[in-house]
Amino acid sequence: MLNKLKMEWFGNVKGDILSGIVVALALIPEAIAFSIIAGVDPMVGLYASFCIAVVMAFVGGRPAMISAATGAMALLMVTLVKDHGIQYLFATTILTGVIQLIFGIFKIARFMKFIPRSVMVGFVNALAILIFMAQVPHFVGISTMTYVFVALTLVIIYGLPRITKAVPSALVAIIVMTVAAIVGGFNLGTVGDLGEITRSLPMFSIPNVPLNMETLSIIFPTALGLSIVGLTESLLTATIVDDMTDTPSNKNKESRGQGIANIVVGFFGGMAGCAMIGQTVINVKSGGRGRLSTFVAGVFLMFLILVLGDWVVKIPMAALAGVMIMVSIGTFDWSSLRTLTKVPLTDTVVMLVTVITVVATHDLSKGVIAGVILSAIFFAAKISKLEVSSKESEHRTVYNVKGQLFFASVQDFVNSFAFKGKQDLILIDFSEAHIWDDSAVAAIDKVVLKLKEQTSAEVKLTGLNDVSDELVQKLATYNKTNAKPSNH
Amino acid sequence: MYRKILLAVDGSEHSKRAAKHALNVASLVQGAKVEVISVIDLSKVKTEVLHGELKQKRQQALEEIKSMFEKENVSYELKIERGDPGPTIVSYANKNEFDLVVIGSRGLNSLQEMVLGSVSHKVAKRVHCPVMIIK
Repeated sequence: MLNKLKMEWFGNVKGDILSGIVVALALIPEAIAFSIIAGVDPMVGLYASFCIAVVMAFVGGRPAMISAATGAMALLMVTLVKDHGIQYLFATTILTGVIQLIFGIFKIARFMKFIPRSVMVGFVNALAILIFMAQVPHFVGISTMTYVFVALTLVIIYGLPRITKAVPSALVAIIVMTVAAIVGGFNLGTVGDLGEITRSLPMFSIPNVPLNMETLSIIFPTALGLSIVGLTESLLTATIVDDMTDTPSNKNKESRGQGIANIVVGFFGGMAGCAMIGQTVINVKSGGRGRLSTFVAGVFLMFLILVLGDWVVKIPMAALAGVMIMVSIGTFDWSSLRTLTKVPLTDTVVMLVTVITVVATHDLSKGVIAGVILSAIFFAAKISKLEVSSKESEHRTVYNVKGQLFFASVQDFVNSFAFKGKQDLILIDFSEAHIWDDSAVAAIDKVVLKLKEQTSAEVKLTGLNDVSDELVQKLATYNKTNAKPSNH
Repeated sequence: MYRKILLAVDGSEHSKRAAKHALNVASLVQGAKVEVISVIDLSKVKTEVLHGELKQKRQQALEEIKSMFEKENVSYELKIERGDPGPTIVSYANKNEFDLVVIGSRGLNSLQEMVLGSVSHKVAKRVHCPVMIIK
C-alpha cells in the first residue's frame, strides 16, 4: 500500500515535474478564459485550478489526470452568477462537491457505463461548440485589429509545433501577442477590462449566503447539473488516461476525490471544476505519469500568478479567444463527422439530439440526460422485437417464442396467438426466449387463460430457462383456480 | 543479410500489405526474425475511446498480421509501444540495431502530408539501417 503510494508519487519524478510545468503554463489562459465564460473574476478560475489540482493530486483516483476549472462546468454557472452573484456560486460549488462525494461513496460511477458512446461524442462536440460560441462576442465585430490578433494567435499555435515542440505553443502565442499589443499600443480589450488579478494566495472563507430552503432551491439544480457534467467529463478523461498509459484507475475514488476537491474549492473562493481532457492529454504526452505531475501543475500555476499577475491583466482578449478557438477545435470529435453515415442511424440521432439539447439549453447535463433516455428507448425498441411462430398438427399446436419478453414486447406477444378453433393440446415453447418482468408474466397469464377459454385445450409452457421459470412460478396465476388475467 | 527485421504496423490496410512483404523477405533468409512494432498514437487515444470500433479494428488487424506469421512459420515478436509513432519507431529501430525496417506508406497526397506528416518519411530519413517503404 505504502509502496504503491510511493510509486504513484515518486515513480517518475523528472517526467512529472516537467510535464506539470508544461501543463501549468497551458492552464493559465484556459483558467482565465473559463472564468470569463462563467462571468466571474479571473482569480476565481485560477484559485479553482490551483486548489483542485493540488487536492486531486492527493485524493484523485487516476494519477496523471489534470483537474481544474473547466469550460463544461463554467458554462453551467452563467445564469446562476448573473442572477444571484458570486457568493451563491461558492455555495453551489460546495454543494456540488457534497453531491459528488455521495455519488462516490455509493459507487455511482459504475452507472457511467450506461452513458453510451454516442452520448459521449455528443457531449464533447456540444462542449466544443459552446466554447467556440462563448468566444464570439470577444472578437466578432469589434475591430479589424481584433481579427488580426485572433488570426496571428492561431498561426502561432498551429505553426510553432512544426518548428519546436519544446514549449507549449499556446503560451508562446499569448506572450507574443501580449507584447505586440503593448508595444504597438493598439486599442484592444484586455483581461484586465473584465476582472482583477490579485497577487495573493486563496483564503478560507464561508460563502456569504443565507442558510435556508430558498438558497437550497436556488443552488441545488445547478449543483446537480455540475455534479453530472463533472463526473461525465472526469470519467471519460480517466478512461482516456487508462488507455494512454495502459494502467487502471479507481473511478469511485475519482468521484469521491472530485467531491472533496470541489468542497475545498468552494471554501477558498473558487468555482467548481472537473478533469480536463485536453490538459490531461498534454500532461501524459509530456511524460506525466504520477500524482506529482498534477501537484506540480497546481503549485506552479499559483507561483506564476503570484509572480506575473501584473502582466496577466495585459493579455489581449483577442489572443485569449484565439487560444480558446484552438481548445474548441481540439475538443471537437472530428472523426464523428466522418463516421456519421457509417454508424447505425440511431447512434447518429442520439449524438445529434445530445448536441442540439445542449446548444439549446447551454446545459451539458440536460444533453447527457436526453441522450441517455433516447438511447434507452432505442435499445428497448431494438430488443423488444419478438417473434412467435406456430406449428399446427392434428389437435395440437406448438408456438415457438423467440426474443425478450418484457413490458415493451408483451403487446406483440399477445397479438401473435390465434384464439380460436378446437385443440387438445397447445404448447408454448420458450427455449429461445427470456422472461424479464411482471408485465411479461401477466401477458403469459392472459394468453394461457384466453387460449384455454377459446380453444378448450390444455396449455403447457415448455423450455423456460431457470430465471424465467422462477419468475413464472412466483408470479403466474393461470394455473390457479378461478384465475383471471387481470390479477396483476 | 536481413536477419533482424523490424516491421512497423498501425493496423491499417497499408500495414497489412507491409507485413506481407516483410514475410517475403524473412522467408528468404534462414533464421530470420521479425519484430512487429505497433505504436499507439497518444493523440488518437481520445478518438479511440469515443469510437470503440476503431480500437477493435486495430486489434483485429494485429491479430491478422500475427496469424500471417504463424501460418508461414516465421518467428516473430510483437511489441506495443506508446507515444508519437515516428520518433518512437525511429528510436526503437536505432537502439536495437536492426538489419532492415519495413513500413507501409499511407499514400497521402502532398497537402495531407504537409498537415498530417508522414511517418514513413520520418522513419526513412532518421533510421540508420535500410528502410523498405511499401506502397
